[in-house]
Amino acid sequence: MEKTLDQFTIGEYGTVRRVSGEGKVKRRLFDMGITPGAEILLRKKAPLGDPLEITVRGYELTLRKTEACCVTMSVADNTTITDMGKEGAAQ
Amino acid sequence: MKRFALAGNPNCGKTTLFNSLTGSTAHVGNWPGVTVDKREGVYKKCAEPISIVDLPGIYSLSPYTSEEIIARNYILDQKPDCVINIVDATNLERNLYLTTQILEMDVPMVIALNMMDAVEKNGDKIDANELEKRLGVPVVKISALRNKNLNELMDKAYNESKKQRRGYSVLEECDIAHLIADVKTALTGENVANPLFHAVKLVEGDELEVSMHKDVLGIVDEFKKTYQNEIFGDDFEALIADGRYKYISKRFAPVFQRKSKEKFTLTKSDKADKVLTHKIWGIPIFLLILFAIFHLTFSEDFLFLGAIFGLPSLADLGLADQLTGETLSYSAKWLSVIYDGGVMSPGVIINNLWNEIMVGELFGWIQGLVENSNMSPWAIGLINNGIIDGVGAVLSFLPPILVLFLFFSILEDSGYMARIAFILDRMFRRFGLSGRAFMPMIMGFGCSVPAMINTRTLADDKERTATIRVIPFFSCGAKLPILTAIAGAMVMAFGAGNADLLTFEMYVLGIAVAVISVLLMRSTSLKGETPPFIMELPAYHAPQFKNLMLHLWDKTKHFIKKAFTIILASTIVIWLLTHFSFSWKLLEDEQVNESILANIAIFLQPLFTPLGFGSQLGEYGWVFVVAAISGLIAKENVIGTFATLAACLSAVAGFDFNGLVLDAADGVDAVRAIITATKITAPALISFIAFNMTTIPCFAAVGAAKGELQNKKRFNWTLMFWLASSYIVGSAVYTIGSWWWTCFVWAAVIAVTVIVIVMYNKGVFKRSKSV
Repeated sequence: MEKTLDQFTIGEYGTVRRVSGEGKVKRRLFDMGITPGAEILLRKKAPLGDPLEITVRGYELTLRKTEACCVTMSVADNTTITDMGKEGAAQ
Repeated sequence: MKRFALAGNPNCGKTTLFNSLTGSTAHVGNWPGVTVDKREGVYKKCAEPISIVDLPGIYSLSPYTSEEIIARNYILDQKPDCVINIVDATNLERNLYLTTQILEMDVPMVIALNMMDAVEKNGDKIDANELEKRLGVPVVKISALRNKNLNELMDKAYNESKKQRRGYSVLEECDIAHLIADVKTALTGENVANPLFHAVKLVEGDELEVSMHKDVLGIVDEFKKTYQNEIFGDDFEALIADGRYKYISKRFAPVFQRKSKEKFTLTKSDKADKVLTHKIWGIPIFLLILFAIFHLTFSEDFLFLGAIFGLPSLADLGLADQLTGETLSYSAKWLSVIYDGGVMSPGVIINNLWNEIMVGELFGWIQGLVENSNMSPWAIGLINNGIIDGVGAVLSFLPPILVLFLFFSILEDSGYMARIAFILDRMFRRFGLSGRAFMPMIMGFGCSVPAMINTRTLADDKERTATIRVIPFFSCGAKLPILTAIAGAMVMAFGAGNADLLTFEMYVLGIAVAVISVLLMRSTSLKGETPPFIMELPAYHAPQFKNLMLHLWDKTKHFIKKAFTIILASTIVIWLLTHFSFSWKLLEDEQVNESILANIAIFLQPLFTPLGFGSQLGEYGWVFVVAAISGLIAKENVIGTFATLAACLSAVAGFDFNGLVLDAADGVDAVRAIITATKITAPALISFIAFNMTTIPCFAAVGAAKGELQNKKRFNWTLMFWLASSYIVGSAVYTIGSWWWTCFVWAAVIAVTVIVIVMYNKGVFKRSKSV
């Protein structure tokens, strides 16, 4: 199943398929390691719902929903880590 | 002397390594050409002394941020003898991404594998020998924090620097490898240095390269016509970034053996983040921390113990004079350092100790010596009232500046600063900024100069300009004396209000002006898309004591140097100008109104009438004009000037201080004397603070702004903007404070402005304008 990163729920993870978007933003996403094949976990959302905090290539990165929607992910079924405390499980 | 450059990702321990290698020799200088701060120091434990250059922390060598361009141009143009690439072992994949780019340059290179201790603590392993084999450059495991293996690292680097190294690309297995090879051949034919690096950049379509090598671009365009990749199309920039990461995961990842087989593990940082960036508690916790910092620094009633338990003041206990608050005995004086109707907060205790010992005892003793010596009266006046009072008034504010700076360093070192950006981004976006702009802004509370330099982390030009313009509104350490001295004096002179609260309110006013200004600029002259926000959240770690002390020591040195150079010079000049008339006649203190300075200031005085400290103040009102102007050199000067002038004004007969002996070297007393002499009103005093907070900052900050804006027109507009903002804010504060109904007038003006801007942006007026 394909969906963009901004549609992820907390604790969900998947693999990057494509990255679109305008040059500067796209390059920045690539430089930070969001390239096809990279695995991403959505860790949490900021208090006001945006930006997002993700784990990619073993470190924590924050980006906004507007940038996250440039990242198309492929998600297998049943790929939510529920062991992330109450927040993650509640989603 | 050989030069080694330190390059690496932000937060990989580069600064720690730099400090460990160079000891205390670190100093701040300027790059040739671009005015940008670089840090240079000397390493002495090798066969010969080696100059170490600390490059800005970067993730990539893309052309999109100025830091990346600086780092890349330094390696290409300044040709260091060796590049030491610091790699954070806990974050190997992303760190090696930069490594693969530096590898392409024809420069000797050594990898310093930092934070190995943290990796081993997790039970993970990295095979450094294998990594060295695969990369083809020496790899040394180090711990910058614990000074481990640094000599070995430098010896390896020294050996490498004697050799030549040809650039090597990990893209050789990539689809477009032969295109890169072709371009490289063409560039080599033109005798371009670092042909491989330039070839890769040219294939990426890097803006800087394309303009430099137009002739070779044909090869790339020709190739593009025939090439189609199923994922990337003809987007070679994406293809290359992907190629690098693919190579890293395939070839380098195996050297890293993770103990845990889990894909995503919960670290200590994540646990801390559960609380600190919590959905509901995140923002309240942030506000609480900010409040705690100010409370610990400024509060004279620590933890509100005095208010809660109704503790008696020293006057109530019969230890101090009821009227003036002066302590009655020597021991009571020292008790007042820690207690007066409430326990003092740590910041205030340090401040009181410093001022009792330095300003009270030491300076008083020196002044006594000078007084009783047989120097001529004018020399005694110059030394005691000019120099010691002026410099002393400034030095007396060292403790709160350092304490505040310490807290902000802790926030930054621990990694919490990045979380604040994460929490606040949503709010900042409303003003057309990203959460990242928060960091330079909050640094502005310390000093505008590093804050303005920090705006380099903002990729968007207009966002940078807007941020630089509002940084001075975040009241810096040097403006703190103005705030506390005037607030303290106001409470004493008018017998009402609360100094803490007033100080806090002025901080809030500054922030409000900043927010309004940004909104205004982003919807008029600096319109643009909201810049992206893609930022690393570094793992939390306990701030290192050594690092903090280094920061503090740097700051102290800087401040004391400033006090004894620029501020000392200013106080002498001001004293001389107040004691000579245009006919070069030496004046007595009482004749201060005939002085050169008074005459110049009286001429300018009417300009400040709308702000409350102009013509309406009468005979001695010009002191505020002088103070404000001297503040343009350094903001510490404002109180220094007051102290110097207060000494003259106290000599003018007819001022009644209720029998209190004023110590002009104490900033608060100096302002009190000025208030009595000029009969300035409270609103006008607040307007004076507001003016100083929002006007053109000090010389150093103006210089930094000029360097960072790099555009003459933009810089001139920035100066105009600061003048206009301070004039408007000052007059608004004064008029509303004096005649409350004028707030309706101001509200009307603001409403009209907003309507005009909104209509303009909707295209009601068909005219284009750009600044």
